[in-house]
Amino acid sequence: MKFARIIFANLLRKKVRLLLTIGSFAVALFLFAFLAVVNDAFQRGSDVAGADRLVIINRTSIINPIPLSYRDKILRIPGVKVITHNNWFGAIYKDEKNFFPQFVIDPENQRQVFSELIVPDDQWNAFVKDRQGAIVGARTAERFGWKIGDRVPLMVTIWGSGNWEFNIDGIYHGKRPQDDETQFWLQWDYFQEHVPAGIKGQVTWFTLRLDSPDDAVRVSKAIDAEFANSPYETKTETESAFAAGWVKQFGNIKILIISIGTVVFLTLLLVTGNTMAISVRERTPELAVFKAIGYSDRAVLFFVLAESLIIALIGGTIGLLLSVGAVPLLAKGLNGLLPALILAPSTLLLGMILAILVGLISGMLPGLTAMHMRVVNALRRV
Amino acid sequence: MVKVDGSGGQSSLIQVRDLDKTYRRGGEEIDVLQGLNLDVEAGEFVAFMGPSGSGKSTLLNLLGGLDVPTRGRITVAGDEITHMSGGKLTEWRARHVGFIFQMYNLIPVLNAFQNVELPLLLTKLSKAERRSHVETALGVVGLTDRMQHFPRQLSGGQEQRVTIARAIVSDPTFLLCDEPTGDLDRKSADDVMALIEELVAKYHKTVLMVTHDPVVAARAHSILHLEKGVLVEGRHSPQETAAGGVA
Repeated sequence: MKFARIIFANLLRKKVRLLLTIGSFAVALFLFAFLAVVNDAFQRGSDVAGADRLVIINRTSIINPIPLSYRDKILRIPGVKVITHNNWFGAIYKDEKNFFPQFVIDPENQRQVFSELIVPDDQWNAFVKDRQGAIVGARTAERFGWKIGDRVPLMVTIWGSGNWEFNIDGIYHGKRPQDDETQFWLQWDYFQEHVPAGIKGQVTWFTLRLDSPDDAVRVSKAIDAEFANSPYETKTETESAFAAGWVKQFGNIKILIISIGTVVFLTLLLVTGNTMAISVRERTPELAVFKAIGYSDRAVLFFVLAESLIIALIGGTIGLLLSVGAVPLLAKGLNGLLPALILAPSTLLLGMILAILVGLISGMLPGLTAMHMRVVNALRRV
Repeated sequence: MVKVDGSGGQSSLIQVRDLDKTYRRGGEEIDVLQGLNLDVEAGEFVAFMGPSGSGKSTLLNLLGGLDVPTRGRITVAGDEITHMSGGKLTEWRARHVGFIFQMYNLIPVLNAFQNVELPLLLTKLSKAERRSHVETALGVVGLTDRMQHFPRQLSGGQEQRVTIARAIVSDPTFLLCDEPTGDLDRKSADDVMALIEELVAKYHKTVLMVTHDPVVAARAHSILHLEKGVLVEGRHSPQETAAGGVA
């Protein structure tokens, strides 16, 4: 490419300005990737939700329980294939900072409802036979260095007091990268032995699997109708809607993140647009010489756009590469507060497309000005 | 022989007929050139003189296809340029015109070789062919030892010689010089004028030059005076006297 030398020579004429502009792109793209990862983590509940799963909670609030006895009534509703139940355990491992979600599970149906979370059969069988057994997600096991056979104490905060001891009988893995591998599962029977009598036989939520996703609306209505006007009215929704509702408790994360991202990119556009405008204005007589000696208007536009695109590509690549390195550190820093933080290739691609767009737009106005300038007038500015 | 009365024949390299250029400034029309005629033969060296605002640079810009006239026509080597589109005019400039500016107008981030190579990047010449042409042009102006120098590392006279090399490297039909010595000391100005004379004498280039300096103008074959947009007289330079004068 015989014009590359001209383009790079122009780019390098103000090295500090070039570095600062590239830096602006890098910071913006790093921030973009960072925000996208956090947004993905918040939205992932909806994304990984099974299309054929419904979640049933107490209509008043998720902290209000539902009787386990509802299970059989729900199972009788046509379209319900299998049902399981969970309780939020909410204990502490050594320190409050060591957060990870702990669920009381129903060993009978857990694996049938959450088939994407894989536990080897031998480990599962050991767990089922062990009332103090626990299955832990691979990321949490790795985080605390737990391995099968370890005995782990958890300090109970909701269901009593003191430490409950658990045996790590198995480690589960998600089928997909986005599956949550931070959970800790304990046995329903062990839980029932220890909770106060007044709350025995109560679950926090049910999760059921449908014969067909098409039945979701009908079955949801049927379940809520079944328990209408009872002491424990229910609210049934798809797992996806349940996850989205859960995220909404933190506020509208998506809007917040989109707003921040928009401001970042608009600022980047103004900064780079201004930089390119100054750069072109400083070189007006030189660009006029190019046109005088036979370079077309399009060639001049091409030079300006090529410069802004190269800045965008270099800055964008640096920012995105930094984010690739930083996301694992962020995940570590969050101590499992959010499920798996994944920088998806689609996020990197979108970031690069945005960088290219900003590069093109910021170079377009000064490029068009240079393209349409009158050579005679520009040469007078020498 | 240069003519200003419109009597030149079709054989003239440059023909200008009834050329008007009017600028509009603040609602007022300013006639910069009025009914100008000019015929320049190939290989001639013509100097335009006149006070500031007389239209010298405007005429040069029109002849170089950098500006368009209000009326009249300009024909160069058989091509009428007055009605060419912007794109065609740009292509025409690349093939036919070599520009030499008062302020040199070199690209500061490119070295002498790269500056001279610029017009050739628009051609289909190979890299080796471009190198050969650039080295020849820099050889003509005596700067083969300064090829890798950047403009800031050259004297004013050397910069202007690089500009001349850039102007001749694509072997254009004619050269337009706008105050080529205006920013140079006398010694450098003499060197540059000697080079331009050599281009005319040895390489048969056609040169049209605007200057304020009578000493510089005296080195041209013909000196034409512009006053208030009209070519009012033609004076004979020593060379022109020998050749028959201005019609």
